[in-house]
Amino acid sequence: MNLVNAVVQGVLLGGLYALLAAGLSLIFGVMRLVNLAHGAFAVTAAYGSLTLVQHLGWHPLMTLAVVVPVFAAAGFGLQRGVLTRAATRGPLTPLLVTFGLAVIVESLLLTGFSADSRTLPTGQLSVASVRLTGTVSVGVLPLLTFAVGVVAVLGLQWFLFRTPAGRLMRATSDDREAARIVGADDRRVFATATAIALGLVAVAGVFIGMRGTFAPSSGAGVLLFAFETVVIGGLGSLWGTLAGGVLLGVAQLLGAAIDPAAGVLAGHVVFLVVLAVRPEGLFPKAVIA
Amino acid sequence: MRASRTTPFSRVSAVVLGVLVAVLAYAPYAVSRGTQTQLVLLFCYVLMGTMWNLLAGYGGMVSVGQQAYIGIGSYGLVTIADQMGVPAVLAVPLAGVAAGAVAWVTSFLVFRLAGGYFAIGTWVVAEVLRLVFTQVDGLGAGAGVSVGAYGDLGPAYRIAVVYWLALATTVLSVFGVYLLMRSRTGLGLTAVRDDPVAASSLGVGVAGAKRLVYVAAAVGCGMAGALIASNTLRVQPESAFSINYTAVMMFVVVIGGIGAIEGPILGAVLYFLLERELSHFGAWYLVLLGIVVVAFTLVLPKGLWGLVAGPRRQVFPVGLTVMRS
Repeated sequence: MNLVNAVVQGVLLGGLYALLAAGLSLIFGVMRLVNLAHGAFAVTAAYGSLTLVQHLGWHPLMTLAVVVPVFAAAGFGLQRGVLTRAATRGPLTPLLVTFGLAVIVESLLLTGFSADSRTLPTGQLSVASVRLTGTVSVGVLPLLTFAVGVVAVLGLQWFLFRTPAGRLMRATSDDREAARIVGADDRRVFATATAIALGLVAVAGVFIGMRGTFAPSSGAGVLLFAFETVVIGGLGSLWGTLAGGVLLGVAQLLGAAIDPAAGVLAGHVVFLVVLAVRPEGLFPKAVIA
Repeated sequence: MRASRTTPFSRVSAVVLGVLVAVLAYAPYAVSRGTQTQLVLLFCYVLMGTMWNLLAGYGGMVSVGQQAYIGIGSYGLVTIADQMGVPAVLAVPLAGVAAGAVAWVTSFLVFRLAGGYFAIGTWVVAEVLRLVFTQVDGLGAGAGVSVGAYGDLGPAYRIAVVYWLALATTVLSVFGVYLLMRSRTGLGLTAVRDDPVAASSLGVGVAGAKRLVYVAAAVGCGMAGALIASNTLRVQPESAFSINYTAVMMFVVVIGGIGAIEGPILGAVLYFLLERELSHFGAWYLVLLGIVVVAFTLVLPKGLWGLVAGPRRQVFPVGLTVMRS
């Protein structure tokens, strides 16, 4: 059954969207800053992984060991160097700065890798599958992607609510001045949050590259999907993010099953319907961010 | 001591501007068709930048989706002029009205999102429109459609007509924004941008003022879209709804100066010159534009006009200045 298959695949795709959305949501939650370069960063991670695959012959999964720490470090530096200055100057500045960053990153990728679509070769992983019922089988790679998304959301939830560092992050987000009074280093907290967010983005980017094709201009689409996931799920709710990702993934793949050209549009329409009918999202925030 | 809106500087610059517009209006008799086509593009940059400044600089709304209204304006021209047979001179403002109508409906959705999420929400709307127009067979679907509205005019006359249309539309729009910002509504808007809560507590209708700005900016962008289509004679969804239009608006406003009417005019001229000189560098040119946006935002947030402007040095005086009489 084609539609059942689309739903199953859509649910699994939702894990990837949740992973993307978690990074966007974390930066917004902690710093009230919407990172318009989010998608461009994810695509950059995919190209970073591609470079390692081509030059060292690594499997894309192995490249995570390099790409993720590099992105986390870059996130720390980005926050210290640019975003701190941007975030203190009212709501316009971070948007202009991150949009400018997105243009820079996309254009640099264009000069370095050309506009051609690429994909990360996954070898055996791309064909391996698990048969669920007679007609529905699930690829190991989509399953792995979904698992990584769920683990990332669970891990972030655990970090924010069960560890001292997470508590500090929530406190700083709630009231920066008060957190400073009790001795929190707010700049360090913000830089840590950005580092985690960029690490998540890097993981998401590599999985995007393994699942399908990517090009320098793919960042815009990635940003929009991450954003739609956040809004459908409900701002600041990590569980909502997972549900939002699943709903968006199912909508896109069901749409594509009906008309191959309508997949992305179907996702956008579901987002607009949620915005019209339930603007607070499926799981309105009770928590962080 | 008295409070005056005009200053010696503004009176002189008003005369200079008047002469400049008169010279520009005479240009079709003096310069080549190629130059006129280029200048139409410059006028469109001024118009788009002015509209984005109205949104972000005065309304406090960063939209990354203004290409939605460029596209509606372009397709609006084709529909209104070619398919409904309305003269092109009327079709351009009507295409703007069509964009405004779409914006009015859209505002009820995107206004539910605040700040940065509003920005991405507007982008989704633009993407939806792009994907929808890619499916409309009556408008050429993905391949696009040619503009035939100016078919009866010879090429020389057509280019002059489009030129005058673009000049008139841009001058009237800039003047319209100036009048709006001088008005009670404009004052309210500035208050809303600076502090929505305080403005609302003083009785400013926040939602209404923002909606007015959002619709007005869409009308302006729609007319710019119609003019761009008149200039290139081709409308295609990928380019008509391209995010690049918003990137241009942002660049024009950021380098010129946000929150001042003079800013986007200055910025548009600079962008126009930069594009002529450097666009053959391709992607590296875009890298440069991105770096300039980031650098200006962080280092020179008031743009180049901010270096020049002062209370007594405004071409478009929107406030009152105390004068020694």
